[in-house]
Amino acid sequence: MTTSPLAHRQIALVDLLDRLLAGGVVITGDLTLRIADVDLVRIDLRALISSVNENVPSPWEEP
Amino acid sequence: MTQAPRGETPRADGLQYAYAVVRDTGAPAAALAGVRGVAGEPVRAVVHLGLAVVAGPVPAEQFGEGPLKERLERLEWLERIARAHARVVDAAGAGTGVVPVRLATVCRGEEGLRRMLETGRERFTEALDRLDGRVEWGVKVYAAPPPPAEPTTAPTAAGSGRDYLRRRRAERRASQERWGRSEDGARQVHDALCAHAEQARLHPPQDARLSGTADRNVLNAAYLVPRAESSAFAGRVEELDRRSAGVRLELTGPWVPYSFVAPSGDDTGRAETRRERSGG
Repeated sequence: MTTSPLAHRQIALVDLLDRLLAGGVVITGDLTLRIADVDLVRIDLRALISSVNENVPSPWEEP
Repeated sequence: MTQAPRGETPRADGLQYAYAVVRDTGAPAAALAGVRGVAGEPVRAVVHLGLAVVAGPVPAEQFGEGPLKERLERLEWLERIARAHARVVDAAGAGTGVVPVRLATVCRGEEGLRRMLETGRERFTEALDRLDGRVEWGVKVYAAPPPPAEPTTAPTAAGSGRDYLRRRRAERRASQERWGRSEDGARQVHDALCAHAEQARLHPPQDARLSGTADRNVLNAAYLVPRAESSAFAGRVEELDRRSAGVRLELTGPWVPYSFVAPSGDDTGRAETRRERSGG
């Protein structure tokens, strides 16, 4: 077990994406899309990740 | 990526990428000096109503809705913005409470950022209060790899068909038992760690193709822990790793509490995902 992960290695992308794609405050997209002057663009990436999983060979694995 | 020339003032009405929200204490300005964001841009705190949103101007050619959507499908670009986003959130949260904003939140102009603070004010304040002085630890439990297979005798020899089937049944049973044990192990680990955490969240187990880890991931959890109790928590994880047969534990962190910005029981994010999925 790594007792101090941050000191030893770069954060794994997959651990980071778990948090960045599911965590963080979501700005209410359905509201803002209708209000022109706020006009937030927010993209949910979970669908993307599953598509990455299914269709694209992982760059971290040997073929 | 080319950076904006030194001293150039970003257009106030251009696109602004939002990273995180902090309390307006004046402290973020120093912590953010020299920090570059997802487009290599300098970031700053935009203050409104006692809160500050950490944001940076980004070019519409890359961060407008169309181009952003397209670029996020390229994994190397996604990785670059994910790491840059986390870097800014870490800097913003150094020494102060911070509430990260979901990846790829882009507002139109500083007015859009202020509007975001206005509409999200209650949620931001509630989360800042609840998460102050806390960190997130990630714990993953893997099923330990099966023991090396016994050398198989060729099933082609006469009379061995029944032996072969018997062996296959035994293998299947052993694999089910292993799986059951690792699930139990994961549940015990989770229960034990929940007792040492204020809150817990379960992420979906990681796909081996993304994680690059061959062992089956049976638990992918996040725990909210007071910063002062971090080493005790890490020690507990280490102890569980030693004591739990059939599973292997992995600890990551401490993280900014990304997984805990929504109060428990709030599944707004998931509801939105469903909506967007069905729409697309």
